[in-house]
Parts: sequence; structure tokens; C-alpha cells
Amino acid sequence: MTIRMASRRRAAALAATGASLALILTACADTGDGGDGGGGDGGGEAASFEIDCAPYEEFGDLEGTSVSVYTTIVEPESVTQTASYEPFEECTGVTVEYEASREMEAQLPVRVQAGNPPDIAILPQPGLLNTLVTQYDAVLPAPEQVEANVDEFWSEDWKEYGTVDGTFYAAPLGSNVKSYVWYSPSMFEEAGYEVPETWDDMMALTEEIAASGAIPWCAGVESGDATGWPGTDWIEDVVLRTAGPEVYDQWYTHEIPFNDPQIVDAFDTAGEILKNPDYVNGGLGGVDSIATAPWTDAGFPILEGSCWMHRAANFYQTQWPEGTEVAPDGDVYAFYLPSQSTDERPTLVAGEFIGAFTDRPEVQAFQTYLSSSDWANAKAAATPAGGWVSANNGLDPELLATEFDRLSAEILADPATVARFDASDLMPSEVGTGSFWAGITEWFASDASSQEVTDDIENSWPTN
Amino acid sequence: MSTTQPAVAPKAVPVPSSVADRSRKAKKALTSPWASTLAVVIAVIWTVPTFGLLVTSFRPELDIRRSGWWTVFGDAFAGEGVFSLRNYESALFDSSTNLIDYFVNSFVITLPAVFIPISVALLAAYAFAWIDFKGRDFLFVAVFALQIVPIQITLIPLLSAYVDTGINGTFWPIWLSHSMFALPLAIFLLHNFMKDIPASLVEAARVDGAGHVKIFFQVMLPLLTPAIAAFGIFQFLWVWNDLLVALVMGGTNTFPLTVRVAEMAGSRGGDWHVLSAGAFISMIVPLIVFLALQRYFVRGLLAGSVKG
Repeated sequence: MTIRMASRRRAAALAATGASLALILTACADTGDGGDGGGGDGGGEAASFEIDCAPYEEFGDLEGTSVSVYTTIVEPESVTQTASYEPFEECTGVTVEYEASREMEAQLPVRVQAGNPPDIAILPQPGLLNTLVTQYDAVLPAPEQVEANVDEFWSEDWKEYGTVDGTFYAAPLGSNVKSYVWYSPSMFEEAGYEVPETWDDMMALTEEIAASGAIPWCAGVESGDATGWPGTDWIEDVVLRTAGPEVYDQWYTHEIPFNDPQIVDAFDTAGEILKNPDYVNGGLGGVDSIATAPWTDAGFPILEGSCWMHRAANFYQTQWPEGTEVAPDGDVYAFYLPSQSTDERPTLVAGEFIGAFTDRPEVQAFQTYLSSSDWANAKAAATPAGGWVSANNGLDPELLATEFDRLSAEILADPATVARFDASDLMPSEVGTGSFWAGITEWFASDASSQEVTDDIENSWPTN
Repeated sequence: MSTTQPAVAPKAVPVPSSVADRSRKAKKALTSPWASTLAVVIAVIWTVPTFGLLVTSFRPELDIRRSGWWTVFGDAFAGEGVFSLRNYESALFDSSTNLIDYFVNSFVITLPAVFIPISVALLAAYAFAWIDFKGRDFLFVAVFALQIVPIQITLIPLLSAYVDTGINGTFWPIWLSHSMFALPLAIFLLHNFMKDIPASLVEAARVDGAGHVKIFFQVMLPLLTPAIAAFGIFQFLWVWNDLLVALVMGGTNTFPLTVRVAEMAGSRGGDWHVLSAGAFISMIVPLIVFLALQRYFVRGLLAGSVKG
């Protein structure tokens, strides 16, 4: 009896082994017709890009040295990121050791405390820079060459985001433009709708679409343990439009409380769209489905014609399924989320920053390269599939891969643009990556009122 | 224990019949229809999510995003082609680093991380069980008490120790950390198992002139095989599936499969449809190990932990 049992088990184990082997083999055999990666952002052919090597000569002979970089940018985006370092490596002979992890924001403080920091970290938000400087005293002030580059190529605002208590630490790297509404140009054309120029136009269009029996908007804020962040972007965009940039600055610096009437008002204005069952959630369900719809997929109903507009950042470009054409006459495109008037264009932006933990010459040389226009252009040239843009004013828009990226670059460079950094990235982490996210999710999931949500978030603001 | 049984007890009369009795009773209790139904229900509930994951891993990206895995059955009846190997393709080949490298790293990490704690724990357990020295019980309790230290709070101090000694960036930090975290439980289990070995055996060996070394290798080890195998599987699964230690203590050159699977969703989590395929690829090895050795697993764990 035991023997029979044992042999039957062995047979089961063998069968499992065989099945898994077969699985691998078939998967191998199937690659011929595969094509490239799923994200749409991959496949960066390292386009060789010529840069001027002179700025790095003052750092001495760097041949054979290496610089370690730690970042959140994993594959497939990392392919174009590393390709953009090649001109520097060719100039100087430095090897850049690239390490990416989605857990980087949690791991970096651990490594810093253990005395094992990377040479350079690409920080995805100023809040992390602030923590590293004020709590661990770990980031080194930017060398003068980097500061000179930033003064030349970046606006005062951007420099300010990389500054903590008056010391300039971190040069900005890439930029994101978040004030976009994605739509289907062909659907708009067939229905005879115009891209709205002002907020009132947009509300009128929303009303018109709803009157025709369709659901105009779709949204989704689910994002794993960061669920809620796409909703905070919505609110921030509306605060910029209803209360204005000055109030916005007072808001994230907590000069006015989080539950200030102007902020509650902005919640209500966003709620006119997001909490109106006639306006949301096209193709996905009711208002509460916003809390559970993955942000990565929330715009997909546009492709099926069950949703008309989806507010999402420029990097949503790479989320569309393979084969989706992003162009003014393609499957999807985006227009600037309009404000009250056309004269002033408040725009929500975000970006990454370069923090250095060591000051060896090769590290400083690399920092200098990353803050230069040469890097921005090399990165643009190395990103043939698009989905990347920078507010670096030395960036040549012609090098950007897609028309949409050029639109983003245009908005960033436009003098009428009043850029403000994503407030949740600037608020203390208890709020910016905690109660604000949770509050937004509550706002959708259990239909909490704007007043309740803002009161709760205000109460969670750290006291000192 | 057998030594405490009175020598006058009539041989071979009550013991086998009571054992047979008990096993018959146990069999009766366990094979009641209710128990069987319950077992089946539990098995189904536990298996459904895994099964859903398996089905999902074979569905095309858009289907995964648009509908649940259970809808495939309806679609299949409607005659639509709903399965594809595209996710496995992405998981296996869409990375610039070959997945084989991560597989190799997983093995390089796992084998020593299983071997080291078992070797050390065997020696320690023997000492705790059969060598009488001062403070033995106190030391044993102290070692087992370490089991309650959460590994998370040790991460930063350990990592800074590794950095100071200059072994950071190699496989040593990972091997050592896994060994440390495994030792308390390993010593406890193996100690209990060794204690159960009749003292008469050890005494007989000693009378025949065997020292500790000989007793350990020739008396203990053969009897301990199931316990060693059970703990080996346990530790193998733990280390193979570990992400935390590998991520914190490791570097680019030492990352195992779990780290790669965790990165598969992409910088902004947009490629999460690949995760199900990635999960199944990384599951293959532990599945083989478990299925091949599962009888040791159950037998050994019962032997070590529950005293009859």
C-alpha cells in the first residue's frame, strides 16, 4: 500500500516536472512571431548621439572608474535610460552601474543608514530628497558645475524643488506633465465635438455628451499600495484652476489648513464630474468603481467607445495597449485640461531629481552630465518609442519621438504655463503618501463628503 | 519512552494491538463522509485562487484587463480563441538580462542557505540533546527565544555589519542572513527529534566504545534523515521564495528570481498582466522539490514537533 502510494506520488511529481518543462519549451518555441515588449515603451535602440566632451575634462582622467546609480526606473524604461548614458561613458571611460528597483524608495534609506549608499540616486519626488537631507544628512550639495547647468537650463521653480533649507542638492532630470485629458479624436470628430478651450466649455461638452445618453468621463485610482494617487492629481489640478497657484503654494506648505474652504470648494468642483453618476464611470461602473479601477486601465474604455474623456498624465501614453496609435488623428490623443481662461495655463508637473551621496570626481562629472542639455537630448534620441519629456530648456523638441511628447515639451516651455509641482509629492509623507491617498479613496468608495475627507486629512497633518 | 516501560510487561501482546486499534479509530474518524467533504471543500477553496492565476497567465493582455479569469469558460464554449503564451514570452524574454541568470542566482543563494543552517543546527542539536554541560537548558531556551526576533528589525544593523567587514555585494551576506534566521527553528526541531531517539541506543554505542563523533555520524544521522529532509524542504521553499533578504542584502549581481518577478510589472505597474506568468515560472522549482519530497515533509515535521 505504501509502496503503491509512493510510486503514484512519484508519478505525479514526474508529471508536474514534465508539464513545466513542456511549458518552457512551448514558450521558447513561440518567440519567433513575438515582436517587442508589452509596455510600448521598450525596444530602445541605442542611437549614437554625439556630445561635446570638453565639460568633463576638468574632472581629470576618469578612465576605468565607475559610478553606481540607483533608481526606480525598471525595465523596459531602463533600456532607454542606460542608453542615454553611453555618450558620457564614451567621452570619459567611466562605467555606469545601473540598478533599478520598484522598492527603491524604501530601500534607499536602509542602504543610507547601513553606510552603503549608491553614488547617485534618481529620486522620484522632492519629498524623498527632503527626508534624506533632514533625517539622515546623507545627500551632498550639488557641485558648482551642476548648479551652473541648472541655472542655465532650468527655471527657478525647478531649481527650488531640488533645494532643501536654502542649499541646492538635486538637479532635476526628466519631467512629467500631468494636466492632460485623453480622448479619441475620431470619436470627437464623428460626433462633431470640439476640444474644449476653457473649463466652462469642458463642462458644457460633458453635459452635451451626457445628454446624448453616453457617459463622458472615466477614471480609476487603484494603484496597489499607492491607491489614490491619480485622484490626488485630479484634485491638485482643480485647486490650481479654482483657487489659483498662490493658494496652491499656501496649501502644500500648510500656510492654510487642508480643509480651507477654497480646497473644499475644489473638491466639490472635481466632484461635479467625478461624483456625478451621469458623468462617470464610462465602461467601468458607478462612482464607487473609480476607487477599484486600476489607473493603468481606466482610460481603455475610450478605445471601446464607452467613455469619452480620461484625465491622466503624459506618461499614460505608454499605458495604452500595444498597437494603439497616439496622434492628433490616431486612436487616442490628449488635450490640455483647460482652466477658467485661456490666458493663464496652470499646469501640474512632476519629475525626478539626482541626489549624490559621494563626491568622487567621476560622480561629479556624471552629475554634471545628467544636468546638462546634452543628456536631455541624448535621452530624447535614445527614446524612439517616446513617452519621455523634460523641462530642460536646452532640449531640442525635434529630437522627441512623438508628436505628443513635443506637445508636452511645448507646454513646459510655454511662457503662459504656470507650472506647479505635484503637491502630494511636496507634502509631508504622512499626508502626501498617506492620508491624502486614503482620503481620496474614501471619497469615491464610500461617498464621503468633501468636508469630511478634508477634515480627516487636516487632522493627520504632522504637528511639528 | 521505551526505557521507562517495565521490563516485566508481556512481550508483543498489548503494544501492536493498541496501535492497530488506534489507527483503526483514526482511520474511521478521518474517513467519515463529513470529514472527507470538509477536506475537499477546503482543498477547493485553497486551490481556486492558484487555478485562477494559472488561467490568467494564459490569457491575452486585454482580456486580463477587461474581464475575470472565470469568463474564459463561457468564451471557450462560444468557440473563441482565448489562450496565448504571450505572457510567458514577455516574462521569459522581454528582459535585457536573461532570466536564466536569475534562476542561477536563485540556486546559488538557496543551496548554501539550506546547507549551512542544517549543518550547524545538527551539531548544535546534538550538543543540546546528548552532551550534558552547565547551563544547557538556559542556553537552549535562549537560542529558541531568538525565534521571536522579527527579522525586519535586524536588517539595518546586519547590513551595516556586512558593509564594515567588506563582504557586501557578494553572496555571503545573503547566505549568512538566511542561516541566522533559520537556525533557532532548525535547532529546536532537530533537538526534539534527537531527544526522541532512545537513550539505550546511544548508551549501547557508548559501551561499544564510540565517541561523540562516531555516535553522531553512525547512530544519529541515519535516523535523522526524515527530519533533515523535512527541514531542508522547509528552508528551501522559504529561501527560494524570499524577496526581503535578497533585496536588502543583495546587489545587482546577486538578485534571485523573486526580485526579477517583483520588477516585472514595470516602473509604473502598467505591465501587471505579466506577473501571473512570472509567478508560475518561479513556482516551477519549488513545486518539483515539494512534490518529489513531500512524504518526508509531513513525516519529518510530525516527528520533530509532536511528541507521541
